[in-house]
Amino acid sequence: MFGFLKKAPTENIPEQAVPEKRSWLNRLKSGLARTGDQLSDLFGRSGKIDDELYEELETILITADVGMDATRFLLAELRHRVKEQHLTESGQLRQALADCLLKLLQPLAKELNVSTHQPFVIMLAGVNGAGKTTSIGKLAKYFQGQGKSVLLAAGDTFRAAAREQLMEWGARNNVTVIAQQSGDPAAVIYDAVQAAMARNIDVVLADTAGRLSTQAHLMEEIKKVKRVTAKALPDAPHEILLVLDANTGQNALSQVKAFDEALNVTGLVLTKLDGTAKGGVIAAIAKAHPIPVRFIGVGEGLDDLRPFAAEDFVNALLGME
Amino acid sequence: MLDNLTQRLSGVIKNLRGQARLTESNIQDALREVRLALLEADVALPVVKEFTTQVKQAALGQEVIGNLNPGQALIGVVHRELTKLMGEANVGINLNTVPPAVILMAGLQGAGKTTTSGKLAKLLREQMRKKVLMVSCDVYRPAAIEQLRTLAQQLEIDFFASDISQKPVDIALAAHDYARKHHHDILIVDTAGRLAIDAAMMEEIRQLHAALKPIETLFVVDAMTGQDAVNTAKAFGETLPLTGIILTKLDGDARGGAALSVRHITGKPIKFVGVSEKMTGLEAFHPERMASRVLGMGDVLSLIEEAHRGVDQAEAEKLAKKVQKGQGFDLNDFKMQIVQMRKMGGVAGMMDKLPAQFAQAAAGSKVDDKAINRLEGIINSMTPVERTKPEIIKASRKRRIAAGAGVQVMHVNQLLNQFEQTQKMMKMFSKGGMAKMMRGMKGMLPGMGR
Repeated sequence: MFGFLKKAPTENIPEQAVPEKRSWLNRLKSGLARTGDQLSDLFGRSGKIDDELYEELETILITADVGMDATRFLLAELRHRVKEQHLTESGQLRQALADCLLKLLQPLAKELNVSTHQPFVIMLAGVNGAGKTTSIGKLAKYFQGQGKSVLLAAGDTFRAAAREQLMEWGARNNVTVIAQQSGDPAAVIYDAVQAAMARNIDVVLADTAGRLSTQAHLMEEIKKVKRVTAKALPDAPHEILLVLDANTGQNALSQVKAFDEALNVTGLVLTKLDGTAKGGVIAAIAKAHPIPVRFIGVGEGLDDLRPFAAEDFVNALLGME
Repeated sequence: MLDNLTQRLSGVIKNLRGQARLTESNIQDALREVRLALLEADVALPVVKEFTTQVKQAALGQEVIGNLNPGQALIGVVHRELTKLMGEANVGINLNTVPPAVILMAGLQGAGKTTTSGKLAKLLREQMRKKVLMVSCDVYRPAAIEQLRTLAQQLEIDFFASDISQKPVDIALAAHDYARKHHHDILIVDTAGRLAIDAAMMEEIRQLHAALKPIETLFVVDAMTGQDAVNTAKAFGETLPLTGIILTKLDGDARGGAALSVRHITGKPIKFVGVSEKMTGLEAFHPERMASRVLGMGDVLSLIEEAHRGVDQAEAEKLAKKVQKGQGFDLNDFKMQIVQMRKMGGVAGMMDKLPAQFAQAAAGSKVDDKAINRLEGIINSMTPVERTKPEIIKASRKRRIAAGAGVQVMHVNQLLNQFEQTQKMMKMFSKGGMAKMMRGMKGMLPGMGR
């Protein structure tokens, strides 16, 4: 069960030392290693496909936060495939599971295209501590890397020093941060959008305060932020990203539902995938409430937030090359 | 997804009816539902397995007494075992040392360590009259130190300044020295969020602990954490001699199964829970209430406690007696409920404590305090006879009442309907049964259930 503890800790390989793509995949893999190792162990054993194997697989999926619903669905799909393709050995099951997972997750892999509007306004929302502000810092770097000019809006006017935190990210990336002393997030973001139009900025990243979906007044507040943003620029915000902490269990589903109901979320960002179990919650979301996963984060480095590629993810999750 | 265990079980217990004892064969299906419910509440699988075994042992041979059905009896067993697992009673904070008593905060990124540090400082100062100093050893996250400084300023708590060029251990020792010289009773040390698999960071906090020798080492964990809670808790527990747990963001709709996993794996008591983003939102932990929450039964106890604070005891007892005797529940009582509800912080305050399904249903029906005021106005326009015998209110009386209260006849009809629902609920209540009361809850709140 606790196999990950015996494993050597993730090494901090200097980024330049390894080829770009490879290092990202490695980090993704080591992030999802625990699930991958367990599955490798399971499929590596020679033997027939039997009920016991399915039961162990069920256990692994549940402990990866896949949730009951999606787990049942995946197992049913798997049994179907096994029957259809006349699979008998446990080793053959890995590819079959990979296919099932890929089929489930592929629809979520839709890369975010920010060149449809200028400025392209992205609003980030999520519960407290999901990693919104940190994600903005990383996204700023990402879009700059694509040759886009970026502007940040310090819309979290509630948490102590959230503004300072965003300003620090701005300074690191050499990006302008629009902030106000006032307590109204809508006003800050309105100003930021106007500033972006005046300065011909490509991408606006708007931070908002963390809120739990049960806090009705705060959910109303963020709806207002969205409405006011549209007053500054019709159609804006063009993208509403819900930031989810990959450590979250089945509550991630309630978060997706609640925020989607309030804001019409257009994309997800899954942060902190570099822990131990995890990743499975994506499958739960894909099953119950599919919304494109735009970015996933596997580390604390500035480059560690990347677009979600279903195939890479499934391969990493299943410990496949 | 948020089906509570009671509902889940109702399906499988049909075939349990009429059986006097819980036996191995008749609770098999029910136990599977318990297992699923716990997994959906994010209790970690190894903990679930061990727990269901315990429940099974405790349940076997249990007699089904009174008017409980076997399902209810089983839920009783589950609830008791859950409470036991979560530590029976609340364990307070230990400050029994030579001042300054050092409290070290540890946990993952985004668990809520900094906010909780502020809340804890406020609680210790106000409830225990302690002089508190706070310091941040988070030299990594941008503006983390600034965040604690701002909180300290807001709360008027002493703050020991540090900056990101310093080493965490040096900061902590300097703060300790300062606290000793300035006669602080307590030093709260906030630390950077870290992953359990990050060996360098885990070594750092181990050194912090060795240097500070804290009396309390608190593991801060997000109530929304999933299956991984068990791994994280194990790793932190192996690195640090934890003394307690703080569960944060419990005001969300997560079931908080992580509480169970973390408590079970570390064996340490949950000392506090974060229940609001306000700085007063840190409360002592009550295992029994958490058990109810994990089971999806809602925090009815807190609701009752709140009610006790706001409600006129004598009036409440009068009503309870009346209901028990099976006497009629009339519009006077209905009005009294409305008045009391206002005393309890209005509808909004109560919603937070209700089980998720009810709270959602209520939010959908747009109950607000305005509607409650209108109901009171309508009852005030009735004669004393009408209030005790609502059945005499026919068309012409309705018109008079509506005119008196400045509303439409429709509104009077609505009130009478709601009253009838409540009356029915009260009858059920007098016959006993928690589950029945919960089901009837909708009717108790005027304006709901449509």
